[in-house]
Amino acid sequence: MSTGSIDASGPGHAAVAAEVDQRGPAAVLGPGAYRGRPHEMFSALRGMGRELWQDKAGFAGLVILVLLALMAIFAPWIAPYDPGKGDLFAKLDPPVWQEGGSWDHILGTDHLGYDVLSRLIHGARVSLTVGVSVVLLAGGFGVFMGLLAGYRGGRTDAFIMRWIDTQIAFPGLLLALLILAVVGPSMITVIIVLAINGWMVYGRMTRGIVLSVRQLPYVEAAEMVGCSGPRVVFRHILPNLTSPLLTLAILEFARIILAEAALSFLGLGVQFPETSWGLDVARGETLMAVAWWPITIPGVAIAVTVLAVNMLASWARITSDPQEREKRFARQLAAREKRRERRERRLGVRPAGVRP
Amino acid sequence: MGRFMLLRLRHGLVVVLGVTVVVFVVTRMIGDPVSLMLPMEATPEQRAAFEHQLGFDRPIPVQFASFMADLVTLDFGNSLWQRRPAMDIVYETLPLTLYLVGVALGLAVLVAVPLGVIAALRPGSIVDRLTVFLSLLGLSIPQFWLGLLLIMLFAVSLGWFDHAGNFRADSIVLPAVTLALPALTRLVMVVRSQMIDELNAQYVKTSRAKGMPFLRIVGLHAMRNAAVPVLTLIAWEFIRALAGYTVVVEKVFAWPGLGLAAIQAIERQDLILLQAIVFTVAVMVVAINLAVDVAYKAIDPRIKLD
Repeated sequence: MSTGSIDASGPGHAAVAAEVDQRGPAAVLGPGAYRGRPHEMFSALRGMGRELWQDKAGFAGLVILVLLALMAIFAPWIAPYDPGKGDLFAKLDPPVWQEGGSWDHILGTDHLGYDVLSRLIHGARVSLTVGVSVVLLAGGFGVFMGLLAGYRGGRTDAFIMRWIDTQIAFPGLLLALLILAVVGPSMITVIIVLAINGWMVYGRMTRGIVLSVRQLPYVEAAEMVGCSGPRVVFRHILPNLTSPLLTLAILEFARIILAEAALSFLGLGVQFPETSWGLDVARGETLMAVAWWPITIPGVAIAVTVLAVNMLASWARITSDPQEREKRFARQLAAREKRRERRERRLGVRPAGVRP
Repeated sequence: MGRFMLLRLRHGLVVVLGVTVVVFVVTRMIGDPVSLMLPMEATPEQRAAFEHQLGFDRPIPVQFASFMADLVTLDFGNSLWQRRPAMDIVYETLPLTLYLVGVALGLAVLVAVPLGVIAALRPGSIVDRLTVFLSLLGLSIPQFWLGLLLIMLFAVSLGWFDHAGNFRADSIVLPAVTLALPALTRLVMVVRSQMIDELNAQYVKTSRAKGMPFLRIVGLHAMRNAAVPVLTLIAWEFIRALAGYTVVVEKVFAWPGLGLAAIQAIERQDLILLQAIVFTVAVMVVAINLAVDVAYKAIDPRIKLD
């Protein structure tokens, strides 16, 4: 399969392809080139990892997200208590560092004796599950519709775009509230409602990229060689969408986590005694005058999670946009130059501003 | 211009029609409004009487026709919860929501524009990086939680502002700040990136080369050129806020606007009031979109007559 995705037509194509087959793409096409084999993908990922390490905020975001995901997966083993059971003998215990707190309940308990830390750990499950499912559902549908509209063109395109325009102009949140009120709130309904509300961005973006790519010579070449429609779309056009789609998906992920928290806060999402950070903030609202921890701690969890996703997203946005990348590269170069100059001036190697 | 207006108007009508169809399908066909609205212990006779009173025992097409007729005459019937016309409640609460959104967006613009411009003057500097980080942070804080924290700090502990309802002149402060924050952070980002692009443009270099003071370039040329995308975003934020995004803030602060009415209608299973609210919001969103499109056309002749 390794020759299948080399679409740069031109003289010597066959020779390059043969060489790639023999020696691997890294040797022929330079480091970081990914041409479809597993070990080659790892080298491309390593390159990305190095770049992420350069951006400390983005890296921190990724680390926090990985930790959160582990916390969500292993929640039943990590959490000290059952999040769905209260201990009526330990009502409103403050966190451990405050007067009256104990190591029994590290982050304290609420007015019914529910352990705040255990609910926090289990709450990560809901946030991440909803976030991932909505991104997959909405993203999958949106990308499919976008590919269809962009590749088929004509009436299909007109119909899908009209649909997207109409739905974007809907008061989405109010309709979501209406549906949740009628169908009944649960995690599944929240996922479906948010997915219905969020697929349009993916569709629009995919269509735009497909339109700009499909006139390139290599797509025409693939069509002329006799590739079937689906093969052209998935094999030759879709890879161009990877990085912008990834960026959009990360941004949407942040938005979805906030939306789920807001819906649960309004009482239209996950229902007590199940856990969700938004729901726990709502439960803490009644205790606002007596205790700060039941309301503050789940809120901090939401903010930290979304901040981590946003930091990762802003790295991804810059990395996937060649123009932004160039700017960043220039900035880094300038900063390095400045640092060197300052150091040399301090050490007295040569007078400031004079270059050899 | 006329053709353009007509096309946009047609699109707006399609949107309103789409919303009404969705509302109809969701409330009458997916959901069972009668069992939602009546108490559990209602007898079958009471149910039948109630169904007949609301007209839910008629065939679906007939119901849809009368539903559309109600929309055209803006008569949705009496709110089940307050027992008076639903549109009256909308007319009472809508101005308060507009007031809240107006103050919040004004605040956002007043803070965001100077902040974004200052950050853009020296990209990569401490001030710039701090602004970017704070914007990201502001974007990450859940609105309802921010509102509650502000209440805890400024209303309960310090007692500086009123925090519930619309009874005092300072009641607007905390809800407006809460509503402004996400809009503000998005605005700062856009102002900053637009200004960075403009300040790198050739005409800025020319102006500097001929000796024009830098601040004058910023104020006279760059800010003007950066204004169009910023205005787009402001209009978009306004539409977004009206399209239901005040619900959370109104709920936290018990601000008696349209959003709180929507939440109360949901809590009390008052589908008639909810329909009236969703329809009103849809019409408003379409109208504002139309106004923005026309304004663009007037400001920027390069925009095509789609």
